[in-house]
Amino acid sequence: MVTGFSLPIIAPLGPEIFLAVIGCAVILADIIWREQRYVVPIVAMAGATATVIMVLKASGVSFSGMYTVDAFSAFFKIVCLLGLMLAILMSLRHLDIMGVKRVGEYYSLMVFSCVGMMIMASATDLIVLYLGLELMALSVYCLVGLLKTDPRASEAAVKYLLLGAFASCLLLFGMSYLYGTTGTTDMSQISKAMAQGKLTDNPAFMMGLGLVVIAFCFKIAAAPFHMWTPDAYEGAMTPVTAFMSVGPKAAGFAALGRVLMEAFPNAHSDWMTVLVILAFLTMAIGNITALCQTSIKRMLAYSSIAHAGYALIGFLPGTAEGASATMNYLFIYLFMNMGAFAVIILLQYKGLVGEALEDYKGLAKTHPVAAALMLVFMFSLTGIPPTAGFIGKFNLFMAALHAGYTWIVIFAVLFSAISAYFYLRVIMLMYMYEPEKEMKLAPSGALSAVLAIALTGVILLGCYPNGILSYASKAIMGH
Amino acid sequence: MDYGFPILSSLIFLPMIGAAALLFIPRSNEDDVRRMALLITIVEFLLSLPLWFQFDKSSHLMQFVEKHPWIPAWNVNYYLGIDGISILFVLLSTLITILCVLVSWTAITDKVKEFFAALLFLEGAMIGVFCSLDFFLFYIFWEAMLIPMYLIIGVWGGPGRLYAAIKFFLYTLVGSVLMLVGIITLYYQGGHTFDILKLSANAYPLKLQMILFWAFFAAFAVKVPMWPVHTWLPDAHTEAPAAGSVILAGILIKMGAYGFLRFSMPMFPQATQAMMVPMLILSIIAIVYGAVICLGQDDMKRLIAYSSVSHMGFVTLGMFALNYQGLEGAILQMVNHGVVTGALFLSVGIIYEQTHTREISDYGGLATLTPIFAGFFMVFTLAAVGLPGLNGFIGEFLIILGGFATKTWAGFFAATGIIIGAGYMLWLYQRVFFMEKNPKMVALGLRDLNCRELITLLPMLLLIFWIGIYPNVFLSYMHASVVHLLQQVHASTGSVQANTNAIVECALRFVGG
Repeated sequence: MVTGFSLPIIAPLGPEIFLAVIGCAVILADIIWREQRYVVPIVAMAGATATVIMVLKASGVSFSGMYTVDAFSAFFKIVCLLGLMLAILMSLRHLDIMGVKRVGEYYSLMVFSCVGMMIMASATDLIVLYLGLELMALSVYCLVGLLKTDPRASEAAVKYLLLGAFASCLLLFGMSYLYGTTGTTDMSQISKAMAQGKLTDNPAFMMGLGLVVIAFCFKIAAAPFHMWTPDAYEGAMTPVTAFMSVGPKAAGFAALGRVLMEAFPNAHSDWMTVLVILAFLTMAIGNITALCQTSIKRMLAYSSIAHAGYALIGFLPGTAEGASATMNYLFIYLFMNMGAFAVIILLQYKGLVGEALEDYKGLAKTHPVAAALMLVFMFSLTGIPPTAGFIGKFNLFMAALHAGYTWIVIFAVLFSAISAYFYLRVIMLMYMYEPEKEMKLAPSGALSAVLAIALTGVILLGCYPNGILSYASKAIMGH
Repeated sequence: MDYGFPILSSLIFLPMIGAAALLFIPRSNEDDVRRMALLITIVEFLLSLPLWFQFDKSSHLMQFVEKHPWIPAWNVNYYLGIDGISILFVLLSTLITILCVLVSWTAITDKVKEFFAALLFLEGAMIGVFCSLDFFLFYIFWEAMLIPMYLIIGVWGGPGRLYAAIKFFLYTLVGSVLMLVGIITLYYQGGHTFDILKLSANAYPLKLQMILFWAFFAAFAVKVPMWPVHTWLPDAHTEAPAAGSVILAGILIKMGAYGFLRFSMPMFPQATQAMMVPMLILSIIAIVYGAVICLGQDDMKRLIAYSSVSHMGFVTLGMFALNYQGLEGAILQMVNHGVVTGALFLSVGIIYEQTHTREISDYGGLATLTPIFAGFFMVFTLAAVGLPGLNGFIGEFLIILGGFATKTWAGFFAATGIIIGAGYMLWLYQRVFFMEKNPKMVALGLRDLNCRELITLLPMLLLIFWIGIYPNVFLSYMHASVVHLLQQVHASTGSVQANTNAIVECALRFVGG
């Protein structure tokens, strides 16, 4: 228990507190400099950058073990923060095009949701985890529905809110079972309680475990709990979609990984079986449903479901090697997916243009550079070398095969071969058809920066992955 | 052997850098793009010549080796080297790419610089496949090749190109990903290394060998292509532009056979021996089935594509005969097939540029309209048929010899393939070049070969005669490597000494005579 309040106790929370302050500063900046629209994003960007530096330096455990800042959490926090930064850069011009007036609430919601993600990544107590999750989720619900006049966005937000709230209920419900059977919400205490009493035979405890896993599967959009994803992804503004596909997903994986490895290592054989089935279903439903989409945002939504399935494979063995493979995968996914969304935003010079797959016909002729960038990101999402997507998948398969999960890997490679069809369809439309209607671009310096970062990430991590591999494994070993 | 200059790396990256450089040439200067591409491929070819001259034929060891750590976390090295088998394919690749640039000179008018960039990138990746001694590196090149090839078929291909391109990509990808699972399994079973030479030196339990043999089979059989996974090939060959068909026929489908030689046979020798009969049967089905299908084709490129299925059946038959003659014949036949079928596709590409039809019934009487072209095509046809004195004969002869030595029925059925082969090729020649002059062709006012086209076809013609008359130049490169390979395959069965002696004796006879 906390006996006295002193600064060192909150020191590990420094980055989160700072970022929350930045979130407030963004709102203030919006009020003060209402005319200068670029002040707000600059504040948010600068704040996020500073937070990255703080995250790299912060460490320690505080609040009696409820909050752990280690390399594992730092890795996920950096993924979320990079996602935030890229999303801010993508939004600058796009918000003007979409006619969003109050940019303050947009950027502050993004920043606050990122604070939530960071808390999730560090939480070692179920209650803290829940706080972080709700902070993240509520902010993202609002972000999805920010275009109040767009019925699609409202529909998406309501759906997302209802299903998300349902998932939160399940999580709380599961936690109550866990508390009831173990008498604690602290993850390491739960693990100890499990080791002492034979809790895996206790149906109430297993129910709690199951409900918690399901709740996280909602957040990472694993099938069959993925139903909200396509609608929410399609209805939200594209930068929000891009942000959602990376940030909340990474945070969900961080929390899931932490809960499984820290609280339930002794029930590995139980949750592993469930996870195998979930991973299989997620890859199958994601990849197969993506085949018949006509909107690129919906297609990428299903693709993100499929990628959650791949990433889940890393958690199956319950080993450090596997967890670090999942971390790498999410890091790599950040670049390729953000890149793909950035190209979509580049094409959205007005309204809904650039969302239909048809709009990509003949893009290679009219805008060769945009098409070439999309080509790289699509091949990377398919997992074709020499792009980073291949390294990510290879790493996952290495870890899973090392632990003997041969069949799920075979299914994963076959599903990724299936996925080639819908990723290549984008390339086919761009390169092998004649342009049908005039497409304009909405370029901006910030968007070019996003594209350059994503491209560099995809190529560099594809050709020289050693840095990220050793960093992630160090992070997990330290943990 | 150490060779100061990183020649293999240069061969891989020169075309890739060249491809990137092409993209910076302004779109309006299409001729500059073509000249630049030609220059790069010629420099590349000249750069590959030292391999030919400096290669130590007496050694089966890897030569021109380069090894640098790349991803220490997985023990992956940037590890290159060539032996007597791969050197031939490296040289073939550098030569054929020049011809591909030449044949595309006027045929490609749309997105010119993208085309040549894709072609050059493909060249680099192909050479990378043949030079890699690290599985991870190999797989990178192997898959990276798909990207430019997919684009070449899909963007610059014929009317059915979209279907053909995606079919090619998916077939190859499904096979490759299964091999990927096999590669990772091998990594863990073989002592946490991707080093191909180290992995080949290990002995694996038979059950594992069988599983991995089939995992690798999935990738290589699709690439070869063996019956029944050959169905992508007629579509891809037919719809690809001339240069794409030539690369596919000349190099890409050799990689499947090369994969069997480099990986399956030395790494899984017992499985290879156990699977010999099924493989021979699949080869024979490919030979006969491919040949019979050819008789029913009315599209020139499709006919040549199916003849590839048949000819590659010979190659796999020779390989899985698992004896010296069969193996050398198979390797030589791979080169031959690359030259002959490459030449046939070049020829079809050249004439297609004028006629814009591939239907055999649209042709007729071309021997009087384009006599020089007809002469070239005659030689290529006869080489494909296997006329003694031309290259096709040597390879097929050795393969059938090997087939008879192992299983009599294998040799017998393979020989029937040659007979049907003579039938469909000569019949094709008859329908296109003899018979009545087709009014459509007369109306087109066909011109004979121009200087560029002549230069495109001439090297192939020379190679056909050279290999046909004096094959020992080529065979001498592979002797040591083939002997070593057979030792690896047969070492596991116990009769090491007897086999080795017989092989060495045989080899000496070959070198001597």
